[in-house]
Amino acid sequence: MNALYAFIAVSALIAVGWIGGTEGSTRPVFAVLVPGVAILLFLAGLAFRVVRWAALPVPFRIPTTAGQQRSLPWIKASRLDNPSTTLGVIGRMALEILLFRSLFRNTRAQLRRGPRLLHGENKYLWLGALAFHWSFLVIFLRHLRFFMEPVPGFANALASVDGFFQVGVPPLYVTDLVVLAALGYLLARRLKDAQVRYFSLFTDYFALWLLIGLAGSGVLMRYFTRQDVVAIKQLAMGLVTFSPVVPASVSALFFVHLFLLSALLAYFPFSKLVHMAGVFLTPTRNLANNNRMKRHVNPWDYPVKVHTYEEWEDEFRDKLKAAGLPLERA
Amino acid sequence: MAEHTPAPEQLIQVDYRPPAKSWMDARVEFRKGTFCYSAGAKSLAYLDFPNPREWQPFDQDWKLPPDWQAIILKGMKERLDRFRSFRLFMDICVRCGACADKCHFYLGSGDPKNMPVVRAELLRSVYRRYFTTAGRLFGRLAGARDLTEDVLKEWFYYFYQCTECRRCSVFCPYGIDTAEVTMIGRELLNLVGCNINWVMEPAANCFRTGNHLGVQPHGFKDSIEFAVDELEELTGIRVDAPINRKGAEILFVVPSADYFGTPHYFTLLGYLMLFHEIGLDYTFSAFASEGGNFGLFASHELIKRLNAKIYAEAKRLGVKWILGGECGHMWRVLHQYMDTMNGPADFLEPPVSPTTGTRFDNAASTKMVHICEFTADLIRHGKLKLDPSRNDHWNVTFHDSCNPVRAMGLLEEPRYIIRSVCRTFHEMPENTIREQTFCCGSGSGLGTDENLEMRLRGGFPRANAVKHVHDQHGVNLLACICAIDKATLPPLLEYWVPGVEVAGIHELVGNALVMAGERPRTTDLRGDPLHVPQKEELAHA
Repeated sequence: MNALYAFIAVSALIAVGWIGGTEGSTRPVFAVLVPGVAILLFLAGLAFRVVRWAALPVPFRIPTTAGQQRSLPWIKASRLDNPSTTLGVIGRMALEILLFRSLFRNTRAQLRRGPRLLHGENKYLWLGALAFHWSFLVIFLRHLRFFMEPVPGFANALASVDGFFQVGVPPLYVTDLVVLAALGYLLARRLKDAQVRYFSLFTDYFALWLLIGLAGSGVLMRYFTRQDVVAIKQLAMGLVTFSPVVPASVSALFFVHLFLLSALLAYFPFSKLVHMAGVFLTPTRNLANNNRMKRHVNPWDYPVKVHTYEEWEDEFRDKLKAAGLPLERA
Repeated sequence: MAEHTPAPEQLIQVDYRPPAKSWMDARVEFRKGTFCYSAGAKSLAYLDFPNPREWQPFDQDWKLPPDWQAIILKGMKERLDRFRSFRLFMDICVRCGACADKCHFYLGSGDPKNMPVVRAELLRSVYRRYFTTAGRLFGRLAGARDLTEDVLKEWFYYFYQCTECRRCSVFCPYGIDTAEVTMIGRELLNLVGCNINWVMEPAANCFRTGNHLGVQPHGFKDSIEFAVDELEELTGIRVDAPINRKGAEILFVVPSADYFGTPHYFTLLGYLMLFHEIGLDYTFSAFASEGGNFGLFASHELIKRLNAKIYAEAKRLGVKWILGGECGHMWRVLHQYMDTMNGPADFLEPPVSPTTGTRFDNAASTKMVHICEFTADLIRHGKLKLDPSRNDHWNVTFHDSCNPVRAMGLLEEPRYIIRSVCRTFHEMPENTIREQTFCCGSGSGLGTDENLEMRLRGGFPRANAVKHVHDQHGVNLLACICAIDKATLPPLLEYWVPGVEVAGIHELVGNALVMAGERPRTTDLRGDPLHVPQKEELAHA
């Protein structure tokens, strides 16, 4: 049900984008105002979230240690899965953020007759997630050619690597295929796997449909329709240079693409998508396991009621005496 | 086994297909065998915890304070502002489900709310409803729901069906730690007086007498002396085991089960033999007679209150540093909380082994060393005379206890010791050991008899891995370094894989340790006859 509602919601967004972009009177709103506000919401919202998280105290040092600690000199410590130094933490975080280290550990449990509980390898989720995130990043960087003049060299270089296979006209970008395949897998997994479906919320499907709509409309524009790329670039440059223009020759399909992007940007900081920023701040990963080497200070520490030795001795004085245990006050 | 407990063949008929009904509006049924009884009013009152009263989870009326919702929401707000972990873990979960089948309670019960992601959603849904704009505006569509009494009861059921083992946290791409969520969830429940007796009574005991079992100083002394007597019978050597002795170099702190439980007790014998043999200048303390800390299963404040006695006692006795025995959650507290909560321990000295001269730089600030680090160092330096053949009646595997692994990283030290004192050792399958180890299913205060069915379910993944090495290699002993393991694994294994015993590592050390002047040993520390090689075996050798 959640999947259907989310599909309807994204379809409605598509319709709004299409109509808004077609109607002459609303075109400037959808070409300039909506994306402008969306970018503002994205930047301000994300900054707000990050600043609020970062400002919160980390009272205790609670890394999840996933390897051998640094202890005796002759025991080899696991520097990345259980880092005890800042450098190690940077390595651990880099592995986590760039390669999804923890997700790579994923297993799938199966209960066989016997009973035998097996925990088999299962890298599909890791592969799907990695494929999506990396191709999305490449696509985002490729798009800089619409927002920058002159086009930065790396954007062109990335585009030529991405279009390496030189299939079709215009040449097919591998990442376009990969991003759609990965999103398709992630969606299918949510729908097919009964366990994942059980806890999937509207927002989980909404994010997926939105990204599929965004990537799909982009693919339609590039490979299946003729677009006035010069006009599109004018519009995009206008947005980032704060001198908006609304060329007449930009298609309704482009407005769908732009509106979905705006929706994504505006939605991003207020949804689970903030994991992009949050992952950097997670205290179980970004702290060194040097707990016993260096004292960690809790900024809101306060005195608590304890049972002191003196109180204890008073309470058990007779028994201590009878047992012949030494006393502070005889 | 309790009479209600089904047979293993029945218990393992687990259906992993979740119900069609949404998780957001289910109600909890408190079925016998799957939950823990409420905390006695006496314990709560003693510890100044709110709302002490007589009630049980299966009662309709939980006798909550009239403004319980306001109390919980205020408590949530405070904690959202105090713990980055809490707010972040509420915000960034994407529900990828990598954690789902990593939880031993889910694997053993098939209850979908035992998937760590859903356990956290139980709290997250309330967070969204009261603390996020989307949740306030869109309600269920945004995954938000009202805080009702049914929701509170669900919290109680599932936050006391999590052993805070952190296995899911190893697999989470954002490191979301259900232990942290459960700890905060239990803190919130505590605010309105919803706690379990197996946590609060030991905590109250510990606050009063110095240990969870409520053993008073003379009882403590008796237990230790009993062990000394028994050792004399076993070895012919009378060891010294000082208590509350000022001026000792080292304060030794163990979990109280070590001097009152079986098989823990044999581990205690091992410690005493070891310390005698190297001539360690140490003392026990009857005041700090507990290293474990059931505060960890109630609230951060209670951790601090119970833990305070260790440094206080180290200071009073004037020791140089502290050595800690075999225990799981005890070491999470000592490693990750003690120094922050009750330090700095600037009155102590960085630990140095008096026998080998090794400086434990990894404990330079906290000044507390794990007995396995200490013993591994002794063996490495050849300071112990060992006869591993005296453990030949054991075919050993090692159970990594959750906290020493996932909140510390103590992996190789215990293995090194085992390999030095035993001749037959087999690892369990790799996805069930080290950082992926499975909990005993009874940690974090859930090891009580009324909860037995759930414990057997939660312990199933661990027991099943033991069964694998039992069937494949004839393993008959599960070694471990956790007091809760030692208390709860024996009934678990008896149920799932009969024929495998449980022992602490220092029991095995004690068996193998050749003491100067000892009389020839015919039995192990348990009094069981040592394995005498048969003629055939000798012929093959």
